[in-house]
Amino acid sequence: MLTTETDILSAAESWRGAGRGVALATVIETWGSAPRPVGSHLVVDEEGNFLGSVSGGCVEGAVITEAADVIEDGRPRVLEFGIADETAWRVGLSCGGRIRVLLERVE
Amino acid sequence: MKLDLLRRLNLERAARRAAILVTAVEGGEQRLVREDEAAGDPLSDELLARLRSGRSGLVETEAGAQFLTVQVPPPRLILIGAVHISQGLAPMAAAVGLDVTVIDPRTAFATPERFPDVPLIALWPDEALAGLPPLDRYTAVAALTHDPKIDDPALVAALRAECFYVGALGSRKTHARRVERLTAAGLSPEAIGRIRAPIGLDIGAVSPPEIAVSVLAEVVAALRQGPRRAPA
Repeated sequence: MLTTETDILSAAESWRGAGRGVALATVIETWGSAPRPVGSHLVVDEEGNFLGSVSGGCVEGAVITEAADVIEDGRPRVLEFGIADETAWRVGLSCGGRIRVLLERVE
Repeated sequence: MKLDLLRRLNLERAARRAAILVTAVEGGEQRLVREDEAAGDPLSDELLARLRSGRSGLVETEAGAQFLTVQVPPPRLILIGAVHISQGLAPMAAAVGLDVTVIDPRTAFATPERFPDVPLIALWPDEALAGLPPLDRYTAVAALTHDPKIDDPALVAALRAECFYVGALGSRKTHARRVERLTAAGLSPEAIGRIRAPIGLDIGAVSPPEIAVSVLAEVVAALRQGPRRAPA
């Protein structure tokens, strides 16, 4: 897991270094049975390519969509997801937890 | 995050040095605190505890909530001696997330049959260590051969590198002779006092796998509870 997080931050650096618009998402708080621990990262580029995860796959889509706006306006934001909501239910990951994710642009 | 800050964070990681990225949840301002800067930081208590636990998390400060992204190098365990205890210890240590390497110049001991799936180096410790990432504060070294020619050079290297755990197998009498040799080799009493000997937590271990449990528990305690103070 530690190695994975390193790979993600290395990818964030090299993607940005190559001139791509990049956003970094970090799990900053969890409640209940959240699938990924605090400190987990997801890196997204302007075309929606991503590496890493902030959940078991249920909120990545929303984070990636929001990342496009963050890459556009540069304003960091905190996203909150109740994992047991309807969206999660549809993809079958109704684990009952909640997470907060900090989303920021790599400048 | 500024690209420069990300680059510095990645550089610290590549060098096997810990660092903490401090991010204001409101506003997103960020700064990087290297491990050698943590003690002098306004958040020093929190940062030092985080460096020990390796856990990222939120902290409330006068300036509002801050998120601490904690990066610590993956802990390593280097076993000197491809002995019976090591055969039990290597897989158990791997199971708790330690990156294990076994070193023993005696090729009759250091065989892949005795150590399946464990990185094994059949060289003298000085030669073997020269080929690995340098010993550091996130490395544990356990000397288990009973042979001073093999154990001592590894212990000296581990103490000089301030490894978070340095243990040596042997009775109190054996250890007293070891202390004499290491003193003669120029190590300070403080450094020598950091060697855990007799090795392992006192759980009454008898068999080699039981001794492996006691050594592993002692390594985990050193990792999570911080370095032991040298006895007064």
